[in-house]
Amino acid sequence: MAHLDDKPQDDKSHEMGMHTEQLAGRTQQVFFSPTEEDNFLYAGAFEVDFNKRAEIDAKEMTASEINLKIRELMADGHGTIVIKNPLAKHSLGVGILNRLQLYFEGSLGYFGIGLIDGPNVRVKGRVGWSFAENMMAGTVIVEKNAGSCFGAAIRGGDLVCRGDVGARTGIDQKGGTIIVGGRTGAFSGFMMQRGRMVVLGNAGKNLGDSMYDGTIYVGGEIADLGVDAVPGEMTELDVKWLTEKLALYELKAPKGVEKMQKIVSGKMLWNYDNLEPTEKKMVL
Amino acid sequence: MCGIAGIIHRGATGNIGGEMSSMLQSLRHRGPDSTGFAIYGVPTSGEMIMRFKVAEQEEARHGFAIVDKLVARRAEVDKRIESMGGEIVKAEQVTDYALRYHIKFDGDLKRFADYIEDVEGAEILSIGDALELIKDLGDASRVVEQYGLSDFTGTHAIGHTRMATESDVDIRSAHPYWAYPFRDIAVVHNGQLTNYWKSRRALEHRGHRFVSNCDSELIAVYIADRQSRGQPLEEAMQDSITELDGVFTYLVATHDSLGMAKDVMAAKPMVLYESDDFIALASEEVAIRSIFPEEIDTTDPYEGEVRVWHT
Repeated sequence: MAHLDDKPQDDKSHEMGMHTEQLAGRTQQVFFSPTEEDNFLYAGAFEVDFNKRAEIDAKEMTASEINLKIRELMADGHGTIVIKNPLAKHSLGVGILNRLQLYFEGSLGYFGIGLIDGPNVRVKGRVGWSFAENMMAGTVIVEKNAGSCFGAAIRGGDLVCRGDVGARTGIDQKGGTIIVGGRTGAFSGFMMQRGRMVVLGNAGKNLGDSMYDGTIYVGGEIADLGVDAVPGEMTELDVKWLTEKLALYELKAPKGVEKMQKIVSGKMLWNYDNLEPTEKKMVL
Repeated sequence: MCGIAGIIHRGATGNIGGEMSSMLQSLRHRGPDSTGFAIYGVPTSGEMIMRFKVAEQEEARHGFAIVDKLVARRAEVDKRIESMGGEIVKAEQVTDYALRYHIKFDGDLKRFADYIEDVEGAEILSIGDALELIKDLGDASRVVEQYGLSDFTGTHAIGHTRMATESDVDIRSAHPYWAYPFRDIAVVHNGQLTNYWKSRRALEHRGHRFVSNCDSELIAVYIADRQSRGQPLEEAMQDSITELDGVFTYLVATHDSLGMAKDVMAAKPMVLYESDDFIALASEEVAIRSIFPEEIDTTDPYEGEVRVWHT
């Protein structure tokens, strides 16, 4: 078994399917530097204490009222917030830009916890379309199923659904890791640009269609691959990474991680070479 | 955008009027222009229920002469039902322009419907043993109050909240659509059909009629056409997945079943709750939660999926 820590970052990402070509021309991408503290200061981010706990009964509250209440509690230093009776309301828990333990004791509707950067979220129920869209960092676990566009355009963090998810999972994914315990629908990984997606069940048709980069691992059957998506070779590093990552969430590949199929981009795009710091933190 | 919903009590009846009212009101934000219900009550032996209107809501608002016109149109409809060999068992004037008749008729339903719709302003919304199709402008609470649906008992129902896009805000463009001239079949749809005109022309050549320019009506006519050729409902719905082009999720109800079909792109939402005795489907889970506040397991049907449940 290879030792992950012994290899330079470029080697690790290359062997796991990501391109490492250096840019020669112009790019519009601006990367955060972890050494520049100002890059990680947000307006509306709060210092919180995980031991300070609060509960909200959302039954009679609107989405705006719930989100404002979460903000008020965070401003007051609460680091653990439990939302009871979310009743599949839309757009709950969005725009949280600091560490927080956030628990939803029920299901969420569309656009739940979008635009987050840092919180650890656990949802006991199901989530609707576009859950965790544009997530930057944090750890999110959904205990039941999820709708379409799960983890659309995420850039970092770990996003886990223990059940089945709908179509277009990880569309436009730019980093981070998406883990699906069950099956995923059509066009998952569509225009994926970075990061990793792990599907333990079956994948619908057009998997990885038009993907630029990134890696998709599938434990079940793949209906078919989309344009530009090609099978990749599973390496020891892949096996090691999958084993460690799945163990974090107490998940197992039905036939073992060694038997998982690996899908990568079949084309080279020269603007997608370097990992971002947020992703570097999460890789391995 | 539009919102759709469906429920079916298996082996039992329930307050489907109240349940659909809650679900559709929860979907109001998806389309407040009009709301419609296709609800399936308990059939009365030997009788059919005909829901029809003799004017659009807008027309009924204007001019002193309209009241006399509506009375005259209704009288003409009555005359034509009798001249076709039908019998009006019970007649209810629900609004100034909407009526509900219990009728007895065992002849050619297409000829019957065509003859009645030949009356100026007359449009049959539904004919069926169990089906009653109600649709009007405004949100669910308004339509339910207007038509007295809050305590309607039955086995299953589908409903729709409409955000008008490609056709007018009027009753004829509101959903559900009756699958003329087949009794007890209705359709609701969320999405866009991109081969609407081509498919419509083909169906018109086969003798089907369209009352609106709404692409959703095409699905009802498509299903009706397949039924006229003896094709089972589920098979017709399977064929629609490849023959209808565009992005769509639709629900079909017949006298004893509820069907769902989703396009191959899975581009339009649908959430499903399924138990041994009850099925609920809706564009958003919040609609299902309006009748099931407790935690339940729900799923998203997948691309190209067709499901049919029976009462």
